[in-house]
Amino acid sequence: MLTDLTIAQAAEGLRKKEFSAVELTKAHTDAIDALNGRVNAYITVTSDKALEAAKKADSTLAAGEAPALTGIPLGIKDLFCTNGVRTTAASKIIGNFVPPYESTVTAKLLENGAIFLGKTNLDEFAMGSGNLTSAFGGVENPWHRKDDASVLVPGGSSGGSAAAVAARMAMGATGTDTGGSIRQPAAYCGIVGLKPTYGRCSRWGTIAFASSLDQAGPMTRSVEDASIMLSAMAGADPKDSTCANVAVPDYRAACGRSLKGLRVGIPAEYRAPGMSEEILAVWQKGIDMLREAGCEIVDVSLPHTKYGLATYYIIAPAECSSNLARYDGVRFGERAEGATSLDDLYEKTRHNGFGEEVRRRILMGTYVLSAGYYDAYYLKAQKVRTLIQRDFTQAFQKVDVLLTPTAPTAAFARDEKPEDPVQMYLNDIFTVPASMAGQPAMSVPVELDDKGLPLGLQLIGKHFDEETIIAVGSALEKAAGFTALPDLRAGVSA
Amino acid sequence: MSYTIEGNTGAWEIVVGLEVHAQVISKSKLFSGASTLFGGEPNSHVSLIDAGFPGMLPVINQACVEQAVRTGLGLKARINLQSRFDRKNYFYADLPTGYQISQFEHPIIGTGVVQIELSDGSTRDIGITRLHLEQDAGKLMHDQDPKRSFVDLNRAGVALMEIVSEPDIRSPEEAGAYLRKLRQILRYLGTCDGNMEEGSMRADVNVSVRKSASEPFRTRCEIKNVNSIRFVMQAIEIEAARQIEIWENGGEVDQETRLFDPHKGETRSLRSKEDAHDYRYFPDPDLLPLVIEQSWVDQIKQTLPELPDEKRARFQQDYGITAYDAGVLVAEQATADFYESVAKGRDGKSAAAWVTGDFFAALNRTGKSIEESPVSAANLGAMLDLIADGTINGKIAKEVLEDMFETGEAPLAIVDRKGLRQVTDTGAIEATADEIISKNADKVEQYKGGKDKLFGFFVGQVMKATGGKANPAIVNDILRKKLDG
Repeated sequence: MLTDLTIAQAAEGLRKKEFSAVELTKAHTDAIDALNGRVNAYITVTSDKALEAAKKADSTLAAGEAPALTGIPLGIKDLFCTNGVRTTAASKIIGNFVPPYESTVTAKLLENGAIFLGKTNLDEFAMGSGNLTSAFGGVENPWHRKDDASVLVPGGSSGGSAAAVAARMAMGATGTDTGGSIRQPAAYCGIVGLKPTYGRCSRWGTIAFASSLDQAGPMTRSVEDASIMLSAMAGADPKDSTCANVAVPDYRAACGRSLKGLRVGIPAEYRAPGMSEEILAVWQKGIDMLREAGCEIVDVSLPHTKYGLATYYIIAPAECSSNLARYDGVRFGERAEGATSLDDLYEKTRHNGFGEEVRRRILMGTYVLSAGYYDAYYLKAQKVRTLIQRDFTQAFQKVDVLLTPTAPTAAFARDEKPEDPVQMYLNDIFTVPASMAGQPAMSVPVELDDKGLPLGLQLIGKHFDEETIIAVGSALEKAAGFTALPDLRAGVSA
Repeated sequence: MSYTIEGNTGAWEIVVGLEVHAQVISKSKLFSGASTLFGGEPNSHVSLIDAGFPGMLPVINQACVEQAVRTGLGLKARINLQSRFDRKNYFYADLPTGYQISQFEHPIIGTGVVQIELSDGSTRDIGITRLHLEQDAGKLMHDQDPKRSFVDLNRAGVALMEIVSEPDIRSPEEAGAYLRKLRQILRYLGTCDGNMEEGSMRADVNVSVRKSASEPFRTRCEIKNVNSIRFVMQAIEIEAARQIEIWENGGEVDQETRLFDPHKGETRSLRSKEDAHDYRYFPDPDLLPLVIEQSWVDQIKQTLPELPDEKRARFQQDYGITAYDAGVLVAEQATADFYESVAKGRDGKSAAAWVTGDFFAALNRTGKSIEESPVSAANLGAMLDLIADGTINGKIAKEVLEDMFETGEAPLAIVDRKGLRQVTDTGAIEATADEIISKNADKVEQYKGGKDKLFGFFVGQVMKATGGKANPAIVNDILRKKLDG
């Protein structure tokens, strides 16, 4: 089936005229038509636009010299502003916002020939780990436990993107990662998710959650596909001061590179107490596979790991409390009716417009920045962040890449959602430290647990050394031979 | 004697510090490419960044940074090669993002100094604490609709320099002198037009009072957004009197923000310390720390104009003019340049007398600025040359200058057209003198009888008879010989 192809395979097929971009796109819009009612991976579907673009892609292909992603249908996380296409951040407060501009990352993908199928679901403003906070409803993970019909979460916040890619409703998708929002859903949905170095991809035109952490990245079904997408997404942008002016290498060339002599660090602190045997086992399996591939395995220490989550849940809310202040009902957002004063307008609009989790984080962030608490929380967290960054710098003097689990568990069921928000935040425990330090990191699916759910391992690299994690990731992928398919996918009746 | 206010319990000293918001002269805004032009249609100079659209990011405008550095150099201040932008968070309808990007902990410019001159000729140094860059907000319009308020974002995001003085100011006069001097320096530097009516320069005034200079500072009040130098001076006086009354009645002055109402001649409370905003400042994660090179600062320094203090000293030195005249001439850069073109290679004192005298008077009378003057500096200089070489005398020169203002013609052309050349022909003057003497035999008799004052009468008559064109020195000589000889 066309929908089962990887991006690399489809690109080749298009050039060999085995099928057309219109056929490839149609296969995906059909899959969306069949599955989205249940999976809810897309908030907005743009089939007509996609088919229109596919026709153009076919003529570009016919003319030759087509860029790498020409004719490849992708899902776009609904946090990227797309010109003329509703962009909601899965929030009621900007639920009808149609941007008159295109984000830098999506503009680069369009220049590279990609076709956009629609806007994928997410946790509201990318705040969540289960895609449970979307104002447009939850996303169903295409995977299910053996002999158990429970609806599982796809992870979050890029849950719609992960589910769409896993269920073959897109060949690849964009995600954004602030504390694990690409890697954790990738692990939950059995796909590859790459969070590049902070500053690798422009943030211009992507709705901000926490500016010092947010980073766009690809979500795909193979490491090679991730490398192809990243080459198109990355690069300097004069419109984003925090976007680095570092040359973009040919990431695809790193796939299959020899790992001989490469040093892989195993951080002791990720062996958290109470971790499931299954996660420890898959981690060990990954270590063995990389040793087999010629890597030297080195024990390392990241002593401040235990402070990562607490620090993250100070800095990210602090930034979000400020970033989301603009949604006040004056220019954007459904303005609340019957306000008696300007302050009343703000309170009503923001109470009605934001969901509970977003409100919680705005309140936390406002608190930690308040006079009298700033030093104890925000300033202290920034200092700890520096220590976390130093941990990585020191570890990377000894090793080239780190290998850890991506998440402490496999996907959980919607009705198993913890009542305590802190329990929910623990999903990010392995992904947050790399975010805090700005390191590039990737989740690669390795195997299924005994309930038949995918488990992923995380590779963390040096700043701007995505090539090494791609090289190691593709070796891991090859050794793991992960070929399992979710039960909910294109071509399988839902 | 320093300035004090007499209360019921004796004299009080006032302590004032000023925070001046000066709009940076730049083509585009501090963090966006939108135009900074004043007076456009509402919301016609607004970019997506200024309006706070989702996903928009600020990018620092180098021209604004250069202007801040230039101003810092002009204030003889420390230039911080590394500074940082912070977010000042508060909700208001004229603030699209819900935060103002400002510099809180690490401003671009550190301590500096402004020297002020007072009416008694003395000078004082007023310390500058800091200067930082920040965004302006938009403007709310409440008078467009009975039920709704509108917002104009043209000004939103325009670069401001907040220039904070030390609490060194001790009188309304000093506050006025400080603001005038600061405005003069900004205008010389070309970093702010200093136009307080259009709001491109506004002042927040911090006022407190104390019984003596040895007493520590008492609680201060901040008077927000005062928009003229005169109002600043009035507000200080009125606020100081209010505080003295409170202290003398056994009360306590509350730290608060107040507004000055020039119509009622009072200040009134805007918000108390308890209601003060908690701005939740934190470093703006969208911007990297601002790092500039010393070599760039040095380059900017090379392009700095001569500033008013130095120019005044040089004018006194080079042209031998008084401190007062020099002060008047350097008040505006354009005036100083004009004067210097006139004075160069000529008698500086006479040039100063003509520029500050008849020339300024004519500008005033015609309501023209020096830039619009129909008389060029070159022509005024040429007129001075005609006086110096005896072509015309001082009295005729006044007439020539009048004509120059009307026609814009060169002085020599006017002199020739009107036949105003000075008569230096002794024979002709002698003949006229003889005629006057013979016509006024009685007066000659009286003069010779001791009525010395009548000499002036004869000079006047001869001048009149020659249409004012006779060289007065020659007339004097001839009359002395004829009457006294």
